[in-house]
Amino acid sequence: MKLDLIQPFINSADAVLSQGLQSPVSIASLSMEQETYRRKGVAALVRLTGDIEGRIVFDLDSETAVRLASQFAGATLPEADALVPETVCELANQITGNAITSLNDQGFRFRVHPPELQISDVPQSTEDTEAVVISLDTASGRVFMNIALRYSPRFEFAAAGS
Amino acid sequence: MEQFAPVKRSKDGQPVRYLIVDDSVFARKNLTRMVETFGGQLAGEAGDGVSAVTEYDRTKPDIVLMDITMPQMEGIEAAEKIVRQHPEARIVMVSSVGYQENIVAALQRGARHFVQKPVKAEVLYEVIKYVMGEDCSVVAAAGAGA
Repeated sequence: MKLDLIQPFINSADAVLSQGLQSPVSIASLSMEQETYRRKGVAALVRLTGDIEGRIVFDLDSETAVRLASQFAGATLPEADALVPETVCELANQITGNAITSLNDQGFRFRVHPPELQISDVPQSTEDTEAVVISLDTASGRVFMNIALRYSPRFEFAAAGS
Repeated sequence: MEQFAPVKRSKDGQPVRYLIVDDSVFARKNLTRMVETFGGQLAGEAGDGVSAVTEYDRTKPDIVLMDITMPQMEGIEAAEKIVRQHPEARIVMVSSVGYQENIVAALQRGARHFVQKPVKAEVLYEVIKYVMGEDCSVVAAAGAGA
């Protein structure tokens, strides 16, 4: 997977999280993964279709998810509050939306699908060769983004012919 | 949260009434909190485009804040349906997907403006005043200008 596709997601996560949390965000690590993605706690998945296709998983352990959702809500939320997974889904949506806006400016065309809350691990699709896992340190704790994207066969065919 | 001078309807001095459409409860709560700091009032909520059309008919809001990516019916299609039936409808699209085609498609189908998520309160406040135009007035805070 080309790292050019990943940078907009890092920039977007930085912008969305630092604005929402009113504190800086830093990259803790970046690695490649080829196995089934084992979620850490509360995870939201956003699918992309179009010139580039695949999925992004935004994932936090339960304690971090509660702290982060409480910060966004402006009040301390209990762990079982439905707003906790809702916040994780909406943040996944905002990070993905802002990133694909940037990729669209580079000429790629997409459709972004509504976020889905993950209640199990995320198997690597047979078409996904690898995923990039980025962990980010925020004031609320560590958050993870698992990104598996590839050029669609139709896009690659068109690019090869041009 | 930042303080804003209340925006009221010019015709009767009542709060501006909002219909907030987003499949995310988190986003709806966040936007509701924001418009309340502008002196507005929630007229209704919807979690998808189909409900948005029904809720518009039921609540007749002054402004609709409409997400784009939603299940069942997306926001741009819902905006088009509402504007077809109510040409006076003021719809502001609120989405994290802010690329040109989306914005142009929304405006061509009747939306009045576009705000990208994450929403900054000061940006939304200015957009609402712009979209309401002469149909709203900004109420000076007590003691202001003294």
